[in-house]
Amino acid sequence: MTHFSALSLLKNALTGNKNWTEQWPDAQPKKEYDVIIVGAGGHGLGAAYYLAKEHGITNVAVIEKGWLGGGNTGRNTTIIRSNYLYDESAKLYDHALDLWDNLSTELNYNVMFSKRGVMMLAHNVHDVQSFQRHIHSNRLNGVDNRWLNTAEAKAFCPPLNVSPDARYPVMGAALQMRAGTARHDAVAWGYARAAAKRGVDIIQNCPVISIRRGADGSVEGVETAKGFIRAKKVAVSAAGHTSVIMQTAGVKMPLESYPLQALVSEPIKPIFPCVVMSNTVHAYISQSDKGELVIGSGTDQYVSYSQRGGLPLIEHTVAAICEVFPIFNRMRMLRKWGGIVDVTPDRSAILGKTPVKGLYVNCGWGTGGFKATPGAAHLLAWTVAKDEPHKINAPFTLERFTTGRLIDEAAAAAVAH
Amino acid sequence: MLLIHCPYCDDTLPELEFAYAGEAHIARPADPSKLSDEEWRDFLFIRSNPRGLHAERWRHINGCGRFFNALRDTVSDRFLTTYPAGHPRPDVTKLEAAE
Ligand SMILES: Cc1cc2nc3c(=O)[nH]c(=O)nc-3n(C[C@H](O)[C@H](O)[C@H](O)COP(=O)(O)OP(=O)(O)OC[C@H]3O[C@@H](n4cnc5c(N)ncnc54)[C@H](O)[C@@H]3O)c2cc1C
Ligand SMILES: [Zn+2]
Repeated sequence: MTHFSALSLLKNALTGNKNWTEQWPDAQPKKEYDVIIVGAGGHGLGAAYYLAKEHGITNVAVIEKGWLGGGNTGRNTTIIRSNYLYDESAKLYDHALDLWDNLSTELNYNVMFSKRGVMMLAHNVHDVQSFQRHIHSNRLNGVDNRWLNTAEAKAFCPPLNVSPDARYPVMGAALQMRAGTARHDAVAWGYARAAAKRGVDIIQNCPVISIRRGADGSVEGVETAKGFIRAKKVAVSAAGHTSVIMQTAGVKMPLESYPLQALVSEPIKPIFPCVVMSNTVHAYISQSDKGELVIGSGTDQYVSYSQRGGLPLIEHTVAAICEVFPIFNRMRMLRKWGGIVDVTPDRSAILGKTPVKGLYVNCGWGTGGFKATPGAAHLLAWTVAKDEPHKINAPFTLERFTTGRLIDEAAAAAVAH
Repeated sequence: MLLIHCPYCDDTLPELEFAYAGEAHIARPADPSKLSDEEWRDFLFIRSNPRGLHAERWRHINGCGRFFNALRDTVSDRFLTTYPAGHPRPDVTKLEAAE
C-alpha cells in the first residue's frame, strides 16, 4: 500500500501512473474473527479502523453483501452539520464534526471535507421560531449556529430568490459555518484502506444470511453466502437492512426502511457557494467539486427495499428548487437514484448493546447519518471493544423505546432532517 | 410511480391520489393500562418492516377519502392485492393460484 504524498504523486506521475499498488486486498473469510462487522458502509469500515487503531483489535472482518460503500454511503448528498436541538444529539454530531476536521490527515486520504457552511431556510413563522430555538440551544451546547436575516441570507448565497412575493418567501435562515460537505466515496475508501493496512479483512460480495446464537443465547458468529464465520462479537451496521438481519438473532427493531432519493444536474461552473436546506419544502442543494448541482429530497412515503423510489417525489423537489432558485430552472438533470434509509420513531440513531450478549447495533441514522460517519464509527468501536457504551452514545439505546426516554429530533424538526 | 387500486372506487390510479398510512392489522390494545412496557413498545414502535410481502394501509386521500389495506412486495414494489379496511389479511397462496 503506497503512502499518499506529494512525492509519491510525483514519482507515479513520472512513471505514467502504472505502479500504484492496490488500496486494499480483496480478502476471503477466515474461520474465526474477534469481531465481525456486518455492512461495509462508512460506519462499518470506520468502526473496523477505530477498533484496530484505538483498541488494538485487529482480527476483524467487515462483511458486505455488495461492494464497499455501495449502500447509503455512496448514495447520499453528503451534507455535514451538527446543529441538532437536543443535548444528546448536539454532542453526538459535534463529536463527529470534530473528527471530520482531521480525517484526511488521519486516514492519509483526501475526503475533501469542505466547510462551506450549511444554511437552513425559514419560510414561515414556525420555521423562524423553530430555528431560533435551535440556535439558542446550540449556543448553550457550544455548537456554532447563527441567525441570518433575509438580506444576509441572500448575500451568503446569491442565487437565492428572496423576493417578498416568492412562493416560498425567505424570512431568514440559520447558518452553521462549520458545516459543509465531503466526498462520500473517499470516506468509505479512506477508512477501508486505513483499516486494511492495520490487518482488517474486508469481505465483499458476501451477504450475511443470519446471526447464529449458542445454547446460552450469546453470539457465535454469522452464516454467510461464503459459509459460517465464527466470532464472539458481531456488530450490525447495515442501515436499511438492519432490522432484517437483527430479526435472525431474535431482536425486534423499532425501524422502518424507506427509499430516499437524490439527483444531480449536468456539471456547470462554480455558482453555488454553500449548502442550502429547506426542510419545509423538502429540498436540499449544493454544488459538487465536479460542478454538478447535488439535490436531495424527502423520503418516499412507503416502506421499500427497492433502492429506487418514485418520480412524484423528484418532481416535487425539483419544483421547490425552481421556486427557491429560479436561476436553475433551465438546468438539465443527469441522474437520479435511491438508497434505503432506516428510520426510527424519534429520528435518532440507535448505537449500543442489544439484549443478546456479543451483539451490537448501529442503525437508525435514517436520512442523516453520513455526517455522523466518523463519530458513529468511533463510538461503535468503543462500545464493541469495551462492551459498554461511551458516554456520548449512552443515551442512544435500544431500550429507550421501552422506557420512553426518546430523543425526539423528529418532533423538534417537525420534518425529516 | 405506483399504480394503486382503490377497492371502493374500483379503479387503478396514480400514487399521487393516495397517502400511505403505515403497517396494517395493528390493533390498539383494548386495555392499555394492562400492558407491560415491552408490549406497549411493541404496539407503538415495533414494525415488521419485511423485505418481501407487507400488509399496509393506504388512504385514497384525493378520491373517496377512505382507508383500505394492501399487500405489496417491498422489494419489487408490486401490489398483490388491495382490500377494504376491516377485512382480514388475504391468503397469498390462494391469490397466486387465482392469477
Ligand atoms: C439519497 C440519500 C441522501 C442522503 N443525504 C444525506 C446527507 O446529505 N447528509 C447525511 O448526513 N446523510 C445523508 N443520507 C443518509 C446517509 O447516507 C446514511 O445515514 C449513512 O450513509 C449510513 O451509513 P452506513 O455506513 O450506516 O450505511 P450504508 O452505507 O448503507 O452501509 C450499510 C451496508 O450494509 C450492507 N448490507 C446490508 N445488508 C447486508 C447483509 N445482509 N450482509 C452484508 N452486508 C449487508 C449494505 O450493502 C451497505 O453497504 C442520505 C441517504 C440517502 C439514501
Ligand atoms: Zn377510492
